[in-house]
Parts: sequence; C-alpha cells; structure tokens
Amino acid sequence: MAEQAAEHAEEGAAQYATGGEYINHHLGFLTYGKHPDGYDHAGEWGFAHSQEEAADMGFWSIHVDTMGLSVVTGLIFLGVFLAVSRKVTSGIPGGLQNFVEMLVEMVQSSVKTTFQGNNPFIAPLALTIFCWIFLMNLLDLVPVDLIPLAAQGVAGDSHLFFKAVPTTDVNITIGLSASVFLLILFYSVKVKGMGGFLGELAFQPFGKWAMPLNLVMEVPAFLAKPVSLALRLFGNLFAGEVIFLIIALLGYWQAFLHVPWAIFHLLVVPLQAYLFMMLTIVYLNQAHQHH
Amino acid sequence: METIYAAVLIASALIFGICGAGTAIAFGNLGGKLIESSARQPELAPRLQTQFFLVAGFVDVISIIGVGMAMLFIFATPFSV
Repeated sequence: MAEQAAEHAEEGAAQYATGGEYINHHLGFLTYGKHPDGYDHAGEWGFAHSQEEAADMGFWSIHVDTMGLSVVTGLIFLGVFLAVSRKVTSGIPGGLQNFVEMLVEMVQSSVKTTFQGNNPFIAPLALTIFCWIFLMNLLDLVPVDLIPLAAQGVAGDSHLFFKAVPTTDVNITIGLSASVFLLILFYSVKVKGMGGFLGELAFQPFGKWAMPLNLVMEVPAFLAKPVSLALRLFGNLFAGEVIFLIIALLGYWQAFLHVPWAIFHLLVVPLQAYLFMMLTIVYLNQAHQHH
Repeated sequence: METIYAAVLIASALIFGICGAGTAIAFGNLGGKLIESSARQPELAPRLQTQFFLVAGFVDVISIIGVGMAMLFIFATPFSV
C-alpha cells in the first residue's frame, strides 16, 4: 500500500511548486455551485476552479466528493448487511456472516450495558453510526493520491480538487452530530415532557433559587455535546490526513513512515467510530433518564 | 505577510506543545490508574477498558481540536494578508 502511495505521490507531487501547494490542493473540495461574479462563467452552475471561488460560492454550493463518497460508503454498509441478512443460516455460518454477527453482538452488548431505557431504535442507530463512520474513516488508509488521481483521470482535468475521506470534511461530522443532537432533543422532550426537560436545565444542580446560575452552567454544557462530538471526529481524521500528506512529500523515503503511521491509524480509525457510537448511546441514555 | 506567517507558526508550535503536554499528563494518569485497578481486580478489566477508551475520548477532544486547528493554520492559513 505504501509502495503504491510512493509511486503516486512521485508523479502527483511533481506538478506542484512547493510542498505547501501540494497539501493545500489536497485539502480542497470538489465544490459544485453557481459561479460567483468576477470569475469565469459568472451566473452559470458548475465546479469551482479554485478554493477562493469555492469560498465565494457561499451557502448554495455542495461538496460533491464528500457527499458522493459518504453515500457510497453508506450503500456499501447497507448492501453488505442486507446481503448477509437475506441468506443468513442457523447452521455453520460463512465468514461474512460471522463478521456481521460479531459486529451486531458488539454493538448489542455496548447498548445493553450503557443504555438503561427501553427504546428499540437505539441499537440499530448505534450499529449504523459505527459501521458508517468506520467505513468513511477507513478511506483514510487508502493512499492519499490514489482516489484524487483516479478522479482527475476520469474527469480529464489534472487540477481537479478531490478529497477522499468524508470525515475530514467538517460538514459531514457536524451533520452527523446535529442529527444526534436533534434525537437528544426529541427524546428528552418525549420522555420527560417539555417542562421536565427545561426543568433539568434550569433547576439543577443548585435548586430553583439559583436558576440563572444553573442555566449558565447547564446550557453551554448541553450545547457543547454536539460540538465536541463533531470536532473530535473531524480533528482526529483531519490531523491524521494532513500528516499522511506531509509524509507523502518525502519522496521514496515515505514508505518507512507511511507504514508506522498507517498502523497507528488502524487504532484511531475504529476507536473514533466506537467513541462516536458510545457517546451517542450515553447522551441518548441521559435523555431517557427520569429524575 | 512574513511577520504574520511567522506569528502563525509560533502560535501553532505553542498549540502543539501545550496540547501535547496536557494530554501526556492526562493519559499518564489515566493509563496508570487503569493498570493499577486492573491489577487489583482483574475480573473488572474488560469493563474498565471500555470506560478507559470513553474517558480517553473526553481527554483528547480539546487537544485534538487544537492540533487540527494548528494544522489548518499552518497549511491552509486563514490569516494570509
């Protein structure tokens, strides 16, 4: 894998003047939106040609690479699990069924030990979060130039921006954590009622006469949940990806550094998926708890 | 431009250093306590390990955000004038 990366980086890095340019180019997104004023084809829809243009496109633009690869990884997860569940046997299971059963049992035991409420929705949610984030993170272990070069070859444009790992886009991680946050709000209000939920924010931990102090303490802590959930995943994967890119600048010596860093990432990739899943379960468990 | 870039590099170095020091202390404590308590009650070790990873996630969140920000400052600096 690292050998391949060496070859690709050699031909990939040759067209960039400096290392910073190479890294910057790899941190750009394939952005689709309306060309803003002051650029070519102003007013028409198309892909941005530079990162400044992508930034000027504003809100109504979309990162095609992130969206595409996250949807593809999601479909891979659903397809594999659907295929296994179609021909599941109670006899001697095949390798894939063993693997899926192992995953399901791992998630099931995590939910059983952590989640005390009664909600059949939590375990499938946890399984989806774990497998999807794991697959998206796993793209980090693909050589850094392989997917962008393939995309550039398909598009026939050697300056195409393409970012392979969806979880190094803060939009994806914030999207995931915002969905979890909405679920926390929904189940908090459903289980405790509106009064119970607001009371938990206002009347703890110092009783009702210290309500402003309680609010000042509890509301930021509550809002920090989705932010920390999103930025933890983003920060880990983004830092890892940038270090892969720095290593890729070293020429043929990079193989000796890519391998240890990739092995270290074998720990980080499932750990971050697991943490996102566990914290989702913990937060939803708090939302289901009566006082 | 050069002054700004130099300041950004020094700031990133400070972020890296302080983040590293903070997590080093935290993980030293955390790992030490994990080994200590697993040695005391080996039957609890799997449960402790799960919680260890959970707390590890809490411990490194701020510093990993800092490291991510520092990487962003170095390679895609928003301060270019």
